[in-house]
Amino acid sequence: MSDKHVKRVDLIFEKAECRKILEKIMDVEPDHICQEVLESDLKGRGGAGFPTGLKWRFAAQEKDPVKYVVCNADEGEPGTFKDREILDQVPEKVFCGMAVAARAIGAKMGYIYLRGEYKFLIPKLNEKLNIFHKTMDEFNLNFRIQIRLGSGAYICGEESALFESIEGKRGEPRNKPPYPTSSGLFGKPTVINNVETLVYTVMIIRLGAAHFKELGTKDSRGSKVFSVSGDTPKAGIYELELGMSVDEFVQEFGDGDTKAVQVGGASGFCVPRKRFEETIIGFEGVPTGGSMKLFNSTRSMFNVLHNYLDFFTEESCGQCTPCRVGCQQLLKGVEAVKRGEKNSRYLDELVKLAKTMKRASKCGLGQSVGNAFGSIVENFREEIIY
Amino acid sequence: MDTIIENELVKELANKHGRTRDSLVPILQDLVVHKRFLSKQDMVDVARELDLSAADVFGTATFYSFLDTEPRGKYIIRVCKTISCAMKGKNDILSTIEEILKLNLGETSPNRKFSLLETNCIGWCHKAPAMLINDTPYTELTPEKVTEILREYIKK
Repeated sequence: MSDKHVKRVDLIFEKAECRKILEKIMDVEPDHICQEVLESDLKGRGGAGFPTGLKWRFAAQEKDPVKYVVCNADEGEPGTFKDREILDQVPEKVFCGMAVAARAIGAKMGYIYLRGEYKFLIPKLNEKLNIFHKTMDEFNLNFRIQIRLGSGAYICGEESALFESIEGKRGEPRNKPPYPTSSGLFGKPTVINNVETLVYTVMIIRLGAAHFKELGTKDSRGSKVFSVSGDTPKAGIYELELGMSVDEFVQEFGDGDTKAVQVGGASGFCVPRKRFEETIIGFEGVPTGGSMKLFNSTRSMFNVLHNYLDFFTEESCGQCTPCRVGCQQLLKGVEAVKRGEKNSRYLDELVKLAKTMKRASKCGLGQSVGNAFGSIVENFREEIIY
Repeated sequence: MDTIIENELVKELANKHGRTRDSLVPILQDLVVHKRFLSKQDMVDVARELDLSAADVFGTATFYSFLDTEPRGKYIIRVCKTISCAMKGKNDILSTIEEILKLNLGETSPNRKFSLLETNCIGWCHKAPAMLINDTPYTELTPEKVTEILREYIKK
């Protein structure tokens, strides 16, 4: 009935000549770069979806002579692995995206914060980085990139926790505001973008905002790299046009018996079969940093929920009470219900607790625990209780 | 009077990474590479070298799960326990390793060659189950495959 279906796109992994991009950005005013990215309607691909061009412009407007560009490569959300592949396949495009951002905002220094689990990528990245720095010299561009490694803390993917970690401290999120564009790394104006976002900015500069905008929907322009795993015969990394429904996704990637899809990882939403058709994957429906996990009817959603809660309980930084205590109580709570020590109405109390965490937690971690919790409990209540 | 015994490695790492606060994590990371864990003495020495309080260094180190503060083996095995790996047979992999190395989860072998730990998502969900041995990822594991891999490490 519709002409929409799962459409493969090839923008991210296509090789692009960094020199041509640099020639292009050297020819125009920095604000023109912000404008082009703004016009493309590109939203951050890490999951939060802040308009990239706006972020760049805010940082560009700051008067501080010292500014930073940070690439968030702390890909820790369960079910995402696309940034690893991007860094492995097209690292020069990631560096190039950072150079584009640096030119747009007037930064001389960039950092890549790479999760410790991806340390094996370092030799290759360093080799490519040497070549990149030579290119910078050729273009008389005063921009250098340093790689910093994480050490196994999921929370460091949260931008302000990431800054704390680069600064040599515990990776505990900061209060906002101030936002990174005015006070980020070392208290300086900072643009922090996800790996994939940076590569898209390169393609927007190369092909133009209009070309990018042709793909996707009004709320979710362009394409996105998806990490597909779970009960699927086609687990892997796919760049797809935005705007498809979960149903269309499942028809392409399901095993014929899909009962639920977790969109956006442990901090995302669980979509049950009855909602597949009406749910759009994107900012107008369920947003995702790319994690798509399929579960078939043999899976216990109690086990899925328990696994996520165990994850959050370990990864909560412990700084704020709603998140630290909330995660523990949700985990203990579902265990007590499963054992029959608490009756099913107790689940409603736990849902209220998850809502309180959404309002009262300091950062995105505590604020999003309720996403998976609420959607799994709502749709698979009987599996949690019995 | 206490005499300060120079910690050559800490000095060398501070020379390499610098003595500002943002050098702390890279220094601690390199110490773990060299010694497989952070001893109390090493953390005190890093604190002195960077002019920080020892509590600050300890507080930072203990925040990060890969900055171990108890002795670990030369080869640290971290088996991913997050949902995709859990769904695809993580427990079989774990019990196979436990059996071969005669180690329980969380333990280090007496000769300090191996430590067996679990970890959260390491980003190989499409090739689950997966594990890291030090920095090297191993994916699409089966009990047979993991037996083969461990045999190589035992020989080392």
